[in-house]
Amino acid sequence: MPDYLLTTSPQMAKRHARHTRFQWYGRIAIGISISFMLLMFTAIFFRGIGAFQKTMVAVDVQFTESQIDPSGARDATSLKQANYKPILLQGLQQVIPGATERRDRNNLYKILSNGAAFDLGERVANNPDLIGTSERVWVAASSEVDLYVKGKIDPEEIPEELRRLKDQDIAWVEILRASGQIKKKFNTAFFTSGDSRNPEMAGILSAALGSFFSLLICFLIAFPLGILTAVYLEEYAKKSRLTDIIEVNINNLAAVPSIVFGLLGLAIFLNFFNLPRSTPLVGGMVLALMTLPTIIIASRSILRSVPQATRDAALGLGASKTQTTFHHVVPLAMPGMLTGTILGMARALGETAPLLMIGMVAFIVDVPKGVTDVATALPVQIFLWADSPEKGFVELTSAAIMVLLTFLILMNIFAVYLRKKLERRW
Amino acid sequence: MSTDMQAKQPIMTARNVDVFYGKKQAIDNVSLDIPENQITALIGPSGCGKSTFLRCFNRMNDTIQICRVKGDIQFAGQDIYDPKVDVVALRSRIGMVFQKANPFPKSIFDNVAYGPRIHSLSESKDHLEDIVITSLKRAGLYDEVSDRLDEPGTSLSGGQQQRLCIARAIAVDPQIILMDEPCSALDPIATAIIEELMDSMKEKYTIVIVTHSMQQAARVSQQTAFFHLGELVESGDTEAIFTNPEQERTQNYISGRIG
Repeated sequence: MPDYLLTTSPQMAKRHARHTRFQWYGRIAIGISISFMLLMFTAIFFRGIGAFQKTMVAVDVQFTESQIDPSGARDATSLKQANYKPILLQGLQQVIPGATERRDRNNLYKILSNGAAFDLGERVANNPDLIGTSERVWVAASSEVDLYVKGKIDPEEIPEELRRLKDQDIAWVEILRASGQIKKKFNTAFFTSGDSRNPEMAGILSAALGSFFSLLICFLIAFPLGILTAVYLEEYAKKSRLTDIIEVNINNLAAVPSIVFGLLGLAIFLNFFNLPRSTPLVGGMVLALMTLPTIIIASRSILRSVPQATRDAALGLGASKTQTTFHHVVPLAMPGMLTGTILGMARALGETAPLLMIGMVAFIVDVPKGVTDVATALPVQIFLWADSPEKGFVELTSAAIMVLLTFLILMNIFAVYLRKKLERRW
Repeated sequence: MSTDMQAKQPIMTARNVDVFYGKKQAIDNVSLDIPENQITALIGPSGCGKSTFLRCFNRMNDTIQICRVKGDIQFAGQDIYDPKVDVVALRSRIGMVFQKANPFPKSIFDNVAYGPRIHSLSESKDHLEDIVITSLKRAGLYDEVSDRLDEPGTSLSGGQQQRLCIARAIAVDPQIILMDEPCSALDPIATAIIEELMDSMKEKYTIVIVTHSMQQAARVSQQTAFFHLGELVESGDTEAIFTNPEQERTQNYISGRIG
């Protein structure tokens, strides 16, 4: 018997070669995209990871009554606002002798963060019994010291005149370090405070909450509107010239650059309706405008994929159009519509341009408590920090990007989970 | 037997029915009577319009935007295309079983209970359960699924799914059941079960079945209508049509020369 299955003709060999070659094209393409992604993630990770730690300096503080509360009234507000700079300085001078000149004293104090005095004020106001005692207090170091301790400023490499941290400052830091008065700890402030001019005090909470409130508004507006529009267009509207025009325009809207939606929000929501500027309310409304076409298009394609047999079955039993739609078609389409919505919102979460137009780009220190408080958003915060001259903001920028990416990935995972969980086979 | 049939008043009459899809005419001037408590088979080659004609009886063609129906179709003496007719009520009197079994992605129980629920046919939970069980029994499915009523209807075999769809249609208590090639996706055993079922169902219901299988039409129906190219070529007693057709086209079709 001839071995038909084992003989290969030249054409066969060519076909196999083409097959193999094409597979390799695909693998190479995937390899390139994955390596770019890894490169991006590792770069951001190594730049940003430092921001999750913060350098602290131990100062032995004597809470002398004459300095803090000369009147002895123990009034919380005045305790907070008292001048803690001298007692912090005294604490530092115990370890670092010789800094007695006015200029040296100022430089010595600059080892500590501007926030250190506020921190002490909080502490004393909360516990007035501290007055008259002495205690070792850990306060935040300044951003420059922080960077030096983390090894991000190399005094060998950068000449002294180009550094903010002079040789003498470095010597002082080394003294403190030698006496065990410098340590790094987890940077809780990054997650619990708003923006600040000082990198060591700046946090992401204000921006994260701003993003959260904006997305909440965006969801509340875009989800029902988008779903209802899609259901109406797909299930009820008779095909006509008008529905064709609407369809084309929805597709066009999906392609409109997001900054245009920002301009629209500025012109209509702010200038015409006089809604409060820089608030998640308006931000969310603008993002909703931007997300709507995406949700409508995704929902319509999902509705279209619901088999006609399901509609026929319900209609054949005497269900009305609305019963058919809401008992059978929409429940079947819901997982897909939710996925489309979440992906649209994930895009909205990363959107900066429209928010710039409606003033969510302001320097906001306070943490917003509601949708009408002024706020900024995560991507805008990243933009603001990336734009700041202080070196300490570099790692904050990367850290904020990590937070934003984490949120995006979580949202996408949630979308996949919803789809898997709710999906039923038809 | 044939005199007995003629004596009965037809439950449904179609007179001079034309159906258009856009500009294309799918049904041309068809008149047909559907006798009560009998099985009427509509046969003909693919694309001859038999399904389109069937879908006129419960106005399922309404869902197709470009479809227009002209002519007069009466159900129990009432013009079903009268603008005052409530399609929902009409379809609860005239049920339908489709070519491809299309159970809802819900439990077996909910599949059957859906019709009674939307038409508020049950007074209580027990009553609803009663309706569901009776319908499943009539569809000859109860014994096979009695212990798994809460499992999805889509988990059943093809033949069982089709019987579930029949049970679902019965649950609304219609007078007529339209069947659009109900066995075309089933194996011979499942087909035989459904044919047997139809035979027992005709005591209580009037059945109109579209089929492309002449043997099936010969086996189950008492009346047969042969369609060709959108026209009704011939209709009458099944026995007469298959043994002694009047028209040459019918002769050609049943002997396999066109199709």
